[in-house]
Amino acid sequence: MTSVDAGVPVGSIDDLLPGEGRAYPVDGRQVAVFRMTDGTLRAADAVCPHRGGPIADGQFDLGHVVCPLHQYVFRFSDGGCTADGIGSLGVYRVEDRDGRIVVWP
Amino acid sequence: MPVDVTPHDDATTAKRKLVVVGNGMAGARTVEEILSRGGSELFDVTMIGDEPYGNYNRIMLSHVLSGEATLDDDDLMLNPMAWYRENGVTLYSGDSAEGIDRFAKTVTCASGRVIDFDVLIIATGSNTFFPNMDGLRESDGRLARGVFGFRTIEDTNGMLQMATSRDDVRAVVIGGGLLGLEAAYGLKTQGVDVDVVHSPGHLMNQQLDERGGKVLRNKIEELGVGVHTGKRTTAVLRNDDGTVSGVGFADGESLPADMIVVTAGIRPNVELARSSGLVIERGIVVDDQMRCEDEGSIYAVGECCQHRSEVYGLVAPLWEQAVVLADVITGANPHAEYHGSRLTTKLKVAGVDVAAMGVKGPEREDDEFVQFYEPRSGIYKSVVVRDDKLIGAMLLGDISKANFLTQAFDEKVPLPEERISMLFDMGTPSAETGAAELADDVQVCNCNGVTKGDIVSCVRSGCTSVSEVCAKTRAGKGCGSCKPLVGDIVEFAAGDALTVDKSADWYVPCIPLTKPELIDAIKRQDLRSVSEVFENLAPDGEDATAKMPLSSLLRVIWGTGWNREPGALFVNDRVHANIQRDGTFSVVPQMKGGVTSPQQLRKIADVAEKYDIPMIKATGGQRLDLLGVKKEDLPKVWDDLGMPSGYAYGKSFRTVKTCVGTDYCRFGLGDSTALGIAIETRYQGLESPAKLKLAVTGCPRNCAEALCKDFGVVAIGDGKWEILVGGAAGAHIRKGDLLATVDSPEEVIRLCGIFIQYYREQAKWLERTYAWVPRIGIEELRAILVDDRDGIVAGLQERIDEAVADYVDPWLDREEPRSPAQFTSALPLLPLPQVPVR
Repeated sequence: MTSVDAGVPVGSIDDLLPGEGRAYPVDGRQVAVFRMTDGTLRAADAVCPHRGGPIADGQFDLGHVVCPLHQYVFRFSDGGCTADGIGSLGVYRVEDRDGRIVVWP
Repeated sequence: MPVDVTPHDDATTAKRKLVVVGNGMAGARTVEEILSRGGSELFDVTMIGDEPYGNYNRIMLSHVLSGEATLDDDDLMLNPMAWYRENGVTLYSGDSAEGIDRFAKTVTCASGRVIDFDVLIIATGSNTFFPNMDGLRESDGRLARGVFGFRTIEDTNGMLQMATSRDDVRAVVIGGGLLGLEAAYGLKTQGVDVDVVHSPGHLMNQQLDERGGKVLRNKIEELGVGVHTGKRTTAVLRNDDGTVSGVGFADGESLPADMIVVTAGIRPNVELARSSGLVIERGIVVDDQMRCEDEGSIYAVGECCQHRSEVYGLVAPLWEQAVVLADVITGANPHAEYHGSRLTTKLKVAGVDVAAMGVKGPEREDDEFVQFYEPRSGIYKSVVVRDDKLIGAMLLGDISKANFLTQAFDEKVPLPEERISMLFDMGTPSAETGAAELADDVQVCNCNGVTKGDIVSCVRSGCTSVSEVCAKTRAGKGCGSCKPLVGDIVEFAAGDALTVDKSADWYVPCIPLTKPELIDAIKRQDLRSVSEVFENLAPDGEDATAKMPLSSLLRVIWGTGWNREPGALFVNDRVHANIQRDGTFSVVPQMKGGVTSPQQLRKIADVAEKYDIPMIKATGGQRLDLLGVKKEDLPKVWDDLGMPSGYAYGKSFRTVKTCVGTDYCRFGLGDSTALGIAIETRYQGLESPAKLKLAVTGCPRNCAEALCKDFGVVAIGDGKWEILVGGAAGAHIRKGDLLATVDSPEEVIRLCGIFIQYYREQAKWLERTYAWVPRIGIEELRAILVDDRDGIVAGLQERIDEAVADYVDPWLDREEPRSPAQFTSALPLLPLPQVPVR
C-alpha cells in the first residue's frame, strides 16, 4: 500500500458498514476503526487499557465507544475513560479517501 | 466555649484533639454535625470503631435480611471509608477502646494504641441483651453456634448464611418487639420456617396496647410466621454435636429450631465508661449538654447515655442529641441544651404500617379515648386526649393520619372538636395537604433525622427533584416509610420549579419514557430499528449504552420484524457466542434438558480437535461449552457441529436443567426430563430483560435445583407440579416464590409462557426475576398471571405464541454473514486464544 502524506491506507470502506467497527494492523500496532451512523470515521487503539478487551467489538455512538468486556466507556475526543483509574485509548486521525480507509498512526 | 481550655493548649492556632469512641450512627452523626459547624478548623478528629467498616445504617439491616437490599447497597453505608479521608478524620476501624485515663487524657485501645485527647465523646451504643438461658453459651462464654443477635452486619451475614445453607431451616426468634418482628419477616422471606416467642402477653407491647398487638399478630400470622405470646424461654436446647435443636420454655414445652435469634432488648454498652470511673446508672449519666457527670471535657451521646433518667433505643433522639452536642463543642451555640425527646414511632414492621406515640390508653377517668378496631381488615386506630391535648395515639394498617397526629402530639396544631376526625378524613385536610401545614421542625424521616425544614432548605438551595433531595438529606433512605411525605414536601417547596425525576424509571437514560410508555411509542410510530428509535424519541440522539437494551426491546416487540442494523447489537448477539477475556468466544450448542447422544458427543469431539479448541467444559446448565474459539472460526464451527445455538451468551431464555425423572430414577414423581425438553423446545432463545435460567425436577429432592431458578418446576406426586419463580443462586441467592401448583405438564408450559411474556414486557433492563418478582410481589403476580384478575392473559398468550413462531436458529447466520466485518478478528496481531489450554 502506498502512503498518503504519512497516512496509512488500511482497507476498503466497503468492508465496514455504518455502525460497525473493525481492527487493522497499522505499523505493528492494532488500530480499531469505526464507521459512524453519520458516515464519518473514528480510530482508536484496538486494545482496552483495562484488561486488553477488543475495542473494535464494542458498541459506539458519535462520541463514545464501550469496551465489550467490562463496559468501560471511552471518549473519541481524547481517548479518556469516563471512569477514573482505567487509563485511556490512543485516538488517531482517520479519513475516507476515495473509498480507502486511511489512518494516521 | 464551655470546654475547659487546658494550659498545654498554648497556641491559639493549634487544633485541639477530639477523640470519638464509637463509629456507629450516633458517633458518626455527631462528627458530621461538628464538621458542618466548622469543626475541622477547631479539631483534629480521631474515631475508633470496633467494626471493620465505615458507619452504616443499622435500620437497613432489616432490608438486607429480607433481600430488599444488599450489603453493598450505597444506601447502607452512611459514611464510607472515603468520607473519613475526605473530611480529614482519622478512623481506627476494627480496633476498640479498652481504657480511658480521665486525668492523663488518653484512650488506650485493644491494639495497644494510645491516643491523646483534649475532648472525648463516648458513643459506644448498645449491645444485644441475651437473657439468661441454659445452653446459650459455650463453656468459653461465646454464643452457641446458631444463636444470633440482630444488630450488626456480622449478625445479619451469619443469619443469611445459615438461612440459605440448606432447605427446611427452622428459626425461633426470641422477643416480639420491633426488631424481632423484622428478623422474623426477613428470615421468612429467605424461606425459613419462623416462630416468634414473646414473653409479654402481646406483640410490640412497648408501643401497642393489647388490641393493637392482636391486629399485628393476625398480620404476622398471615405471613406464615408462628406467634407464641406469654411464653418465657428458659433454655437453648442443643444436639450432642453442640448445634442448636430448639428452645425450652418455663412451662416445660419446647419448639424445634436450627437457629435462634435473640431480640429481647438492648443494653447500653457502658463497660468502658464504667471501668474508667464515669458515673453510670442504666447508661452513662449526662447533663443537658451531653456532658458526663463531673467531667469537663468528656461527653456521651446516643444509646449508651442516660439523660434525665431516660435511655433511648430508637434513632430519632440520637439526631437531636448530636445537634446539641455539636453546638456545644464547637461553640456554635454554647448554651444549646437537650431536654429529652418525645417519642413518636412511625415505621413499617414486617410489611405492616405502624405509628405510635405517647400513652397507650386512657389513664384517668376523664381522659377522652377514641378507638376504631377492625381486625378483619387489619386496621386499628386510637387516640387519647387529656385537657384538650393529644397525649397518645396508635395507628396500625392505615397510618394516613400519622402526620396530623404527630403535629397534634407536639402541640403544633389544635385538636378538632369532633375527635373522631383525628382518625379519619372527614372533611378535614387530607394527608396530601398536610405537607404545606407541617411545621418546619417536624421530623419527617425518623431514621435519618431529617426535618421538614431540612428538606425545604435543600430545595431552596437548588435541589428540585425528589431523588436529589433524598440523596442530599438522606431523607427516605432508612426504612422508607416517609418517602411519600418527602415527595409531598419537595413538591410543595419547589412548586412550579419541581423537576420530576422519573429518569430512574426510564428504560434507557437517553429516552424519557418508562418501558410501557416506550413500547407504546414504538408500536404507535412503527419504529423498527434502533436508529429510528433514537431519531424519533431520544432528545440528544444516539447513545452507545442504550443500543443493547433497545435492540432487545425491539426484538420483543417485533420479533423477526425488527430491522437489524450493524452496531445495534452487543458483540455476543452479533456473533451468537459469549466473548471471553482474551477476545475469543465460547460456543455452547443446544442440548435440551441436558440430554445428549453418542452422535452429538462425537461431533463435538471432532470439532474440538479440528479447531484446536483449548477447553471443553460441562456447564452449570447441563451443556458442553467449547471455550477459546476464534471469532473467524465461529461460522465453520457451527457448520461442522450442525447443532442449533444453546443461547449461552444472550439476555434471553438460556436452558432448562432437568433431573432424570421417572424414566430411571427410583424416587421420581414426574417425568421432569420430558417436561424440561418440551419447555426448552417451545421457548428457546426468547429475548428477555435479563437471562432466564429454568429447571424441572422430578421430586422434592430437587436434584435439578429448581428452587433457585428464574422459573423452576417441581413434581410433587399425583401428577401435580409446583411452579416457583424469582429464584437465584448466583451472586444473589434467593429461593423462588410459589406461583402456582398445577395438574399437568401442559399447564406448566402455558404458565411458563405467560410468565415469560409478562416479564419481557414489564421488567426493567437487566432486572433479573429475583429482583423483579419481589418488586411486583408474588401475590400480585399470581392475581395477574394465574387468576387473570386484569384480563390480560389472552393478550400475553397471543404475543408469546407469535414470538415462539418467529424462532430462527441464529447460527444459521453462518450461511451468509450479515456484514463483511461480522466475523473478523478484533485483535488481528494477537495469537489467539490466550486462555490456557487444558
